Amino acid sequence: MTQQLLKIRGLKIEGKSDEVWNPIVNGIDLDLKKGEVLGLIGESGAGKSTVGLAAMGFTRDGCRISGGTVEFDGVDLVTASAAVKRNMLGKRIAYVAQSAAASFNPAHRLIDQHTEAPTQHRLRPRAESELDGIELYRRLRLPNPDHIGFRYPHQVSGGQLQRAMTAMAMSCRPDLIIFDEPTTALDVTTQIEVLAAIRDIVEQFDTAAIYITHDLAVVAQMANRIKVLLRGDEVEEAETRAMLSAPREDYTKSLWAVRSFQRPAKPAISTGATPIVSLKDVSASYGKSPVLFDVAFDIHAGRTVAVVGESGSGKSTTARCITGLLPPSQGHIEFNGEALPLDYRKRSKDQLRQVQMIYQMADTALNPRSSIGDIIGRPVQFYTGLTGSAKRKRVEELLAQIELEPGQYIDRLPSELSGGQKQRIGIARALAADPQFIICDEVTSALDQLVAEGILKLLAQLQDDLGLSYMFITHDLATVRAISDEVVVMKDGNVVEQGPKAEMFQPPHHPYTDLLLSSVPEMDPDWLTNLLNGRGVDNIGDAAVGKM
Amino acid sequence: MSWLMNLIFLLIATAVVAWVFRFAGQKLSGYKPFFRDMPFAVAFGYVAGLLVLIGAVSYYFRPVDVNGVPAAGVIFFRWAVQGFIGFAIAAYLFRLFGRTVGTPGTRKLFRAMPLTAAFGVLVILLYALVSIFAGSIAPHGQEEIFANANIVPGGNPMMGGDPNFPLGTDQIGRDIYSRLIYGAQNTVGIAFATTCLAFFVGGSLGFLAAIVGGWLDQILSRTVDVLMAIPALIFALLLMTIASVWSNQLGIDRTLFMILIIAMIDSTRVYRLARAVGQNIVVMDYIEAAKLRGEGMGYLIFKEILPNATAPLLAEFGLRFCFVFLTIASLSFLGVGIQPPLADWGTMVKDLSQFINFAAFAPNVATAPLLAAGAIALLTVAVNFVVDWMLHKSSGLKD
Repeated sequence: MTQQLLKIRGLKIEGKSDEVWNPIVNGIDLDLKKGEVLGLIGESGAGKSTVGLAAMGFTRDGCRISGGTVEFDGVDLVTASAAVKRNMLGKRIAYVAQSAAASFNPAHRLIDQHTEAPTQHRLRPRAESELDGIELYRRLRLPNPDHIGFRYPHQVSGGQLQRAMTAMAMSCRPDLIIFDEPTTALDVTTQIEVLAAIRDIVEQFDTAAIYITHDLAVVAQMANRIKVLLRGDEVEEAETRAMLSAPREDYTKSLWAVRSFQRPAKPAISTGATPIVSLKDVSASYGKSPVLFDVAFDIHAGRTVAVVGESGSGKSTTARCITGLLPPSQGHIEFNGEALPLDYRKRSKDQLRQVQMIYQMADTALNPRSSIGDIIGRPVQFYTGLTGSAKRKRVEELLAQIELEPGQYIDRLPSELSGGQKQRIGIARALAADPQFIICDEVTSALDQLVAEGILKLLAQLQDDLGLSYMFITHDLATVRAISDEVVVMKDGNVVEQGPKAEMFQPPHHPYTDLLLSSVPEMDPDWLTNLLNGRGVDNIGDAAVGKM
Repeated sequence: MSWLMNLIFLLIATAVVAWVFRFAGQKLSGYKPFFRDMPFAVAFGYVAGLLVLIGAVSYYFRPVDVNGVPAAGVIFFRWAVQGFIGFAIAAYLFRLFGRTVGTPGTRKLFRAMPLTAAFGVLVILLYALVSIFAGSIAPHGQEEIFANANIVPGGNPMMGGDPNFPLGTDQIGRDIYSRLIYGAQNTVGIAFATTCLAFFVGGSLGFLAAIVGGWLDQILSRTVDVLMAIPALIFALLLMTIASVWSNQLGIDRTLFMILIIAMIDSTRVYRLARAVGQNIVVMDYIEAAKLRGEGMGYLIFKEILPNATAPLLAEFGLRFCFVFLTIASLSFLGVGIQPPLADWGTMVKDLSQFINFAAFAPNVATAPLLAAGAIALLTVAVNFVVDWMLHKSSGLKD
């Protein structure tokens, strides 16, 4: 039981950029016993995924293992020949990728891909693998396990696909599974199902696992031990409970402290005040399929309204209606008491200026071929007519406002910035129009927690300084808690519940709000177990054990 | 079948040596990543490459003359190798020159330039200079006819040459050297203008279709489909026939019609590419941000989309330029393109083509048609080298 399974010593990995090999991972040691789950956490660029892949003796293109050993069950995978590795991978070590949708081959059915590894490794005949696949689907609580495998990847949902991929990794009953952020792309409510399924199946088969994530609350549920990485170095490693209650290093403490940011409550809105933006029973549809039904809420000056819901609940569609990209089929939108033209093409320059947008993916929101000075300078010139040195001065002011050194950044391209800096440029571009109202569409969900906290603090600061109003679209309730004044909960295109933040986080809730709230992972390692017990779904494997 | 047996034996021997090479490399270097991660195919490639090199060197040093009969293969091979080395040295010197002379900006550009790109830039510069100053460089006029026809290139009277005509004369006694120089002006200039026009029209319409979509996209795309359904050369021929009547009636130069016609036909290909690339860019959030800002169509196309589409468009430009070049040569060959007595490389190849039959016993004579063909090939290679380099540079910026 306490047998050593994986032993990594002094692992060094280099990546090639501009014809030079740069270190990515500088000497990591890692031990894993049979049946143990190790959590690897750190910000993006910390080398989590690289270490995870290296545990299979594999590196991405453009990377190489430049030193150290990766001993799996006594075999050094770094020097092992391709034939040895081929026999090992898939059969004894399996990998579950972040995006199941991108990892399944869309041209084959799930079960075909499931049975591929056992057949390839000659473990059992195909018919038997199919039965085993169905069994695993049942254990992972996939709906309709007898038939779901015969669908194509696009015919099942994201959460189901992620579970099907876990089932696929299990197909050879490996000794080690590497989970690379398996729930990051999922909604909170779906995430719980996947987490519970993964945890149970790993326990049942006594499989060792490396669980890579940037979400501390998630790793607290899954791992026996946690290892914190920072820029290719190990910060610290400890048992989960010890790490959560008493982190040693400052960096770890700062990770823990992120979730404590919260804005002081604002005074109640005086009755009769005209809201900045007011949605009056807005309905909208894509083609003939309706997506929004009588959505109505107000956003007041200097306030932040958080719009919460799962993906597909109509949050972003609401934003598209306000900006005029998707003219509503019914209802209208008022800005400072005046009705806005429904189509953005019919709005005046000033109306366009007042409503600005910050996007989720800063990578696609900034033109990769424009310098920062041009990206921010264009709206300045477009709306205010400033040119030459006056324009440059305004751009420098804006850069200072988002806490970036103007002289250093003004001539750079977006590719030369980090994710958080790019998002700040997105904010500056919105500010350049000098708007009253900004829509923030999941602005922090693609960022690491420390960076996201910085962005939230900046947005709060700007709101205080400039009196901006925000509509904050998010699925992360920690963000809602941190920044919002009012909350609107949406589901399937309807507003389920709305009200001030303090009321929303107090019971009684609408049942859907309750589900959302209770699904947000907490740092307590027993949280998932307690929650599942509370919901009346305990060890799902029990029902299926008899069959094995 | 002995050659087949030899080939099989050679392949097996190469495979064995390759395996030994990789195995020894792994053992001797202590599993350095270079040898450890080397696939067998790569090891095979190293060994095969070495074999080819040995073969080439031994072939190069074979005697040129066997019992009074010139070994044409060896002679041409030597020319090719000498030309290759000569161009490599020229490109190297040119790059060295660029690195030491000029503004800091150009010097930086030359420092990061691979040798192939330096070669491409050098050749394109040379062609540009030659075509601009053709009138003062060429010793004779392109239409001038001399008494001696069919003078052999080389300028050696012993072998039927004439020092006054270093590259000889064609079948009606025009100086090939002068005609090559004027050909640069005619063929390259027209091909360049045509390609630019095709890209302007095709690119703008393609991006427009990508942004606006809907009916405009349908109309433009279906029109392009119809135009592309007609074989390009036959379509061009047909239109040129019509255009020649118009040019006689209106007194407009027929070359202008040719530029417009080829540009139109080629712009359909550019349109398809620009629309496909544009559609991928249009869905980006920064386009949405620009639309919501209230930007006009021109800004969207030229400031937001075009800079992000340069890489695939540049690659297409290099290829398209060569195709246009060949189309012009084909049309000239069929008698509707560049009209004699104007010099054109395509026509020159065609006119002198029968001399290629002399290659086996009189390599000098056979060179005549190869000169114009070589000029086309050299430019094609050079353009593609430069385009490759630009592509590499622009894709390197992205990550």
